[in-house]
Amino acid sequence: MIKYYKTIKEASGSIILVSDIKGAMVGELVTIVEKNGGVRYGKVLEIYDETAVVELFDSANSLNLQESKIRFLGKGLEVGVSKDMLGRVFNGLGKVSDGGPEIIPDKFIDVNQGPINPVARDYPNEFIQTGISAIDGLNTLVRGQKLPIFSASGLPHSHLASQIVRQSKVLGENEQFAIVFVAMGISNDDASYFLEDFKKTGAIKNTVSVINLASDSSVERISAPRIGLTIAEYLAFELDMQVLVVMTDITNYAESLREISSARDEIPARRAYPGYMYTDFASLYERAGRVKGKRGSITQIPILTMPDDDKTHPIPDLTGYITEGQIMLSRDLYKKGIYPPIDVLSSLSRLKDKGIGQDKTKSYHSDLLNQLFYAYSRGKNAKNLSIILGENAISTMDKKYAKFSDNFENQFINQGEYENKSIENTLKTGWKLLKDFPRGELKRIKDKNLNILLEED
Amino acid sequence: MQGKIIKVSGALVVAENIMDAKLFDVCLVSEKELVGEIIEIHGNKVSIEVYENTDGLKVGDIVKNTQKPLSIQLGPGLIGNVFDGIGRSLNDIYESCGDRIKTGVKVQTLSSDKKWEFVAQKKVGESVFAGDVLGYVQESGIIQHKIMVPNNVSGKLTSIKSGEFSVLDVVAKIKTSNGVEDVCLSSFWPIRIKRPFKKKIEITKPLTTGQRVIDTFFPLACGGVAAIPGPFGSGKTVVQHQIAKWSDADVVVYVGCGERGNEMTDVLQEFPTLLDPKTKKSLMEKTILIANTSDMPVAAREASIYTGITIAEYYRDMGYNVIVMADSTSRWAEALREMSGRLEEIPGEEGYPAYLGSRLASFYERAGNVQTLGQETRVGSVSCVGAVSPQGGDLSEPVSQATLRIVKVFWGLSSSLAYKRHFPAIDWLISYSGYVTNLKSYYAQNLSYEFLDRKNLLMKILQEEKELDDVVSLMGFDVLGDKDKTTLDVAKIIREDYLHQNAFDEIDTYTSLKKQDKMLKCVCEFACQAKEAIEKGATYEQIIDLPSRALIGTMKYTKEEELEKIDDIISAIKSDFLMLNKKEEKE
Repeated sequence: MIKYYKTIKEASGSIILVSDIKGAMVGELVTIVEKNGGVRYGKVLEIYDETAVVELFDSANSLNLQESKIRFLGKGLEVGVSKDMLGRVFNGLGKVSDGGPEIIPDKFIDVNQGPINPVARDYPNEFIQTGISAIDGLNTLVRGQKLPIFSASGLPHSHLASQIVRQSKVLGENEQFAIVFVAMGISNDDASYFLEDFKKTGAIKNTVSVINLASDSSVERISAPRIGLTIAEYLAFELDMQVLVVMTDITNYAESLREISSARDEIPARRAYPGYMYTDFASLYERAGRVKGKRGSITQIPILTMPDDDKTHPIPDLTGYITEGQIMLSRDLYKKGIYPPIDVLSSLSRLKDKGIGQDKTKSYHSDLLNQLFYAYSRGKNAKNLSIILGENAISTMDKKYAKFSDNFENQFINQGEYENKSIENTLKTGWKLLKDFPRGELKRIKDKNLNILLEED
Repeated sequence: MQGKIIKVSGALVVAENIMDAKLFDVCLVSEKELVGEIIEIHGNKVSIEVYENTDGLKVGDIVKNTQKPLSIQLGPGLIGNVFDGIGRSLNDIYESCGDRIKTGVKVQTLSSDKKWEFVAQKKVGESVFAGDVLGYVQESGIIQHKIMVPNNVSGKLTSIKSGEFSVLDVVAKIKTSNGVEDVCLSSFWPIRIKRPFKKKIEITKPLTTGQRVIDTFFPLACGGVAAIPGPFGSGKTVVQHQIAKWSDADVVVYVGCGERGNEMTDVLQEFPTLLDPKTKKSLMEKTILIANTSDMPVAAREASIYTGITIAEYYRDMGYNVIVMADSTSRWAEALREMSGRLEEIPGEEGYPAYLGSRLASFYERAGNVQTLGQETRVGSVSCVGAVSPQGGDLSEPVSQATLRIVKVFWGLSSSLAYKRHFPAIDWLISYSGYVTNLKSYYAQNLSYEFLDRKNLLMKILQEEKELDDVVSLMGFDVLGDKDKTTLDVAKIIREDYLHQNAFDEIDTYTSLKKQDKMLKCVCEFACQAKEAIEKGATYEQIIDLPSRALIGTMKYTKEEELEKIDDIISAIKSDFLMLNKKEEKE
């Protein structure tokens, strides 16, 4: 027997209180049927005595509390998955939103999955070539990694992300690729930039898009990435596909978290974001990875815009503590006209050491990248010095480094938006810039590797 | 009457009618028997912190009180294993429910199927007291697991036998004044209570880590406590891993508290392939892992560091030097904050509960160098290294500050060093170690008498470098005199050829104390000779062009078996300067 309650007592924002209910579960999904037949969805957040606190996926605006009926579905939010989802567009609740036919699901999966047992994980160690020198050469992405792009308003993170989507491949393998694109609270323009780009390059037929626009409900923004990741897990771990998940923009997601938290009268932590934001982020980011005995993998590229370009803001800060590094975009480089404007010194890929080296890229890759980092960092210092003191006051070697840092930005980092550089090419460019330094300066390159570099030259 | 749930909010469950509820009793919540702990009692209502995901719980679900505090099973089989925050074996969870951890899964800490060979060392009729060793089990290639008389038990041994036993089998019986006590291969201990010992004793021995900047400049001691605060990307985890890999502790307990899943996988895959520098056996034979990754339930994260330190104390009681690595205590503090918020406590700074400082202090206080219980004298130690992840790298936040008030060693990581890819990015200008004086006599006996003086000399040069850098950044390098220029060059040698250490290089990743002593001698030789030469009239250019100057950089890649090569470099330095000085004198 289907049981409806007509006991909605309070509403505030997207939260409603339902009284006199029996047996409601935390996390359970509810449907609310309005008098005019309209249906809204929600989720049970908290229960006490016979009252349930329910969060609606859309707002409670113009909801007639007396006339509406609420039904508890006895299960959490689920998404029906199928291979036919590739090439289609869904909303933040996993419903078809491109006007096409409904999906006939293979099965339904709860969007909240238990944590992956660390024992069951397989370590990410396969090099992904993105064709972007600043990433491949210095902050290498590996399959199963979660590597966010820390951007700021006005910077071309969308272009970079779609370039990564376009060009990424694992060398020497012919595997099935899929892309899951999750948009959270971004403008229609931004979302259609991605979709158009996927269409242009044909990537769309391998892409599942979950789109929650700025104008859509903010509660749905919380479920959108979970829908996307659940689909990604199905594709990766059941259909053996290599899945790249692009999620944009985490900042909007966090804003929604805060909005809901304050509606629930929770005690706020830093900058009024909820104290559990770290745990919440982790429940998304940790869904990247590889699992033992499964061929597929999930690689995540979350994008976030740092409020006020501040990387100590809680959103980038907590993200950085969970993800395996970050690709940091720089406004200075962007203004110099360098694309992609990746600040390589503050960027980092924690897993790069497992993805590079002999048999993966080149044996000297690690030495070379350390030397490039060193030289660029020193060059930038030298340039700062020469700005204060005048060019003549710095030593000849420092002048050389200063020149190196310019060349490095213009020739190594800088590349075309549609330029796909092979890893060999990337490393060659790097070595070309370094080779004029005397041996004494190339301390980070071991003799063995230096010989190989000289030989190849 | 049965206990029932009346409220569910995140990890917090409120129940009523719980029989004999006491604080910190473990309760089993709902039919699924989720594990939880009572953290507050108000009349008939108790608040329970549940260590698993509470989705699916309903008002009216039953709650059972086990009447016991949260305890962990201690016995052979801990070594080489990996557990979750409340001590359940993750391998067994994997066996029983696959890739993902399901709620309510029932798994013991130690498998009772496995048989262990117990060797009795006491005889029937002997009088034994708490802490006495009854016999041992060879738990791994490295660890001899001692089976001890339980706490508060003393009397006559009425039976004891060698042979094959599982962890729950009785191996000995002791007749006490209140009847007969059975002793099994394993025992249980409540994780929030520290294990007793006879007395704390003075700290005298370093705990070497094979990391030059740590061992030489900011040493940790057996029984000491250290903190590594640093923003993300500054290399906290790599430093923690390096210490876990290369420290000379007998047992390593690594607690991954709210950190990345892949990092635990890295440890799980890499450690078995590495050799312990002391025993040359697989590193896993002395390592215990506690993994509560960031996506695992937040309440169990709070328990995980207690689980870790309880295991450490247990091995300490056998007379081992144990090191506990907690990565990261900030996540633990956040778990406290989350629970505190749900309990609607009045928040302190940045929303953390006001008792944060005292909780942290009581955790770190469980470290120490102790004389254990038992008739024969055994000395064991628990050393503790806690990573701290301050928001935005700002050390003024409450967790960092509360930690710094307690610990004696501070390894401050700096992001500017990390950007320069100077690793370990331990900033020598802000770090400190309070154990140097304790270790003075150890250095004098085991290394050279000059070890500390040399270290101090290098530190002084680094300090001078900082002051000179300020001048250079205002007026340029060329305005400096030859003496200052040389000082900067020597500082560069210290930074690049001594402090910088590549964790991913086969040889450089580990440096024994003996090698450090030699390298230190070599760098000091150059520093002193250079200073002298300048005083005698040599120029900066002459000094940096000396052929032996370039050799110093090769030191770190010298194998442990070929340390005489460093002596050769020292001789080369001496002769180079001799020549230089002669040349000066002629002119």
